[in-house]
Amino acid sequence: MTDAQSAPAGQPAGYDEWLDAIDAGEGFYLESLTGVGSLPPRRVCPETGSTDLTRELLPEIGTIDTYSVVHVATPGFDADAPYVSAIASFGPVRITGVVRGVDPDAVGDTTDLIGAEVRVTVETRATTDDRLVVLRPTDSSNDG
Amino acid sequence: MTIVRVAGVGLTPFGDHGDRAGRDLFADAAAAAIDDAGIGRAAVDHLDYGNFMGALAEQQGHQAPLMAEAAGLDCSATRYEEACASAGVAVKAGVEAIRAGTADVIVAGGMERMTCLDTGAVTDALAIAADELYEVRAGMTFPSAYALMAQAYFERFGGSREDLAHIAVKNHANAVHNEYAQYQREITVEDALDAPPVAEPLHLYDACPITDGASAIVLTSDDYAAAHDLDAPVSITGVGQGGDRLALQDRDAIAETPAATEAAEVAYADSGISAADIDVAEVHDCFTIAEAMALESLGIADSGEGIFAARDSITTPDGDCPVNLSGGLKAKGHPVGATGGSQIVELTRLLRGDHPNSEYVADATTGVAHNAGGTVASAVVHVLEVAE
Repeated sequence: MTDAQSAPAGQPAGYDEWLDAIDAGEGFYLESLTGVGSLPPRRVCPETGSTDLTRELLPEIGTIDTYSVVHVATPGFDADAPYVSAIASFGPVRITGVVRGVDPDAVGDTTDLIGAEVRVTVETRATTDDRLVVLRPTDSSNDG
Repeated sequence: MTIVRVAGVGLTPFGDHGDRAGRDLFADAAAAAIDDAGIGRAAVDHLDYGNFMGALAEQQGHQAPLMAEAAGLDCSATRYEEACASAGVAVKAGVEAIRAGTADVIVAGGMERMTCLDTGAVTDALAIAADELYEVRAGMTFPSAYALMAQAYFERFGGSREDLAHIAVKNHANAVHNEYAQYQREITVEDALDAPPVAEPLHLYDACPITDGASAIVLTSDDYAAAHDLDAPVSITGVGQGGDRLALQDRDAIAETPAATEAAEVAYADSGISAADIDVAEVHDCFTIAEAMALESLGIADSGEGIFAARDSITTPDGDCPVNLSGGLKAKGHPVGATGGSQIVELTRLLRGDHPNSEYVADATTGVAHNAGGTVASAVVHVLEVAE
């Protein structure tokens, strides 16, 4: 990260502000002086204990570390199922989200999404109007 | 240090108890434990009680004094909530109180009602053990969290669904003769592989069931047991607890459970044993992959080898270290807030020789119980030994 991309945290950011930032294409994470990343709300670096946290721009591209095809969902995700849940690394932080732009039925036990490059977006659940963190493969269309 | 004896143990059958209230279930388990111990209720100094989702399932908070009352205990009581490790930490608190000399007799254990909710409501309730902002709102369920761990495990260490199926097959077979088990029937590897998916790569037989049940243990000091001529041949000689970040995304490793490793290291040091001394173990197999990772944290299997232990007959009843002879959470059932206590109950029965599967561990002197909360953001390990 360059200085131009860093900004004092000021008032600690909350989760909704983090979603707003991603939605605006300005996703961020918090970083301590030693380079440990975390996501808001944070007042203290969970690893170092430092309270000196800066906002850093989230890398545009992340890579999927692990994934699952969810068939039995909570009631709040009933109409979304089946869906692909994944955890992806974006620089020093990981983000959990629903993978869209892939066919869940085509993601079987032998189809490996691990290592796939993704962008993070904020969309809405099919079941409710609640905002949802979505991971979209960089080689996918915007459908699905 | 004061030696802590397991003076009595009690369980309800695990399964569907219909409309029975939670207090009624715990009263049954406590009565069985107190009867097994051969003590009077007036001797009990304190109740350490585990429960996870009672506020959702029964709209009942402040459960500890209610459970003491239901059990006929005229003593103070504390509820512990550590997700699926609630009863484990309750037992640990009881051990620590006796060691500290603040109590001579403790009743510890837990209770959970789950079948009063439909599957969707249970899935919702279990999900509150995860990070609400970053996991639940992102669509993570309890099964899918372990599925993410399983997929990461496959990627890092290898293994397959078939290896996981062998864990389920072993634990179902172990439950056949356990009168407290929810599923007293065997399954085959093919059954497990052909079962419908829940959260791939995990399918139905990779998952523990939805269960009602209660567990209770009477713990006493060594001096109290001797003074009252109690028949209490098993002692809890080691306790340990570990912690990790709540959300999987915030952990260094997704395919390992360092909180359980920490708990095991502390418990082993506390008791003066090493992993090589373990004769039998009850581990937290809420999903088959959880047993694989538990074995590695406990040192029963090397890193990356836990998934093969059942297939290779290391953890089967005739293996070097039988694991989950009770049937485990997988087949015995998993009433969340009672599970950690039930592991102590089953290990005690196995070591005393009065468990249906005691024949497999007739010479055993050392057992380990591993109880985990959520995706192992918390873990507690107990070492049980037959007193010399």
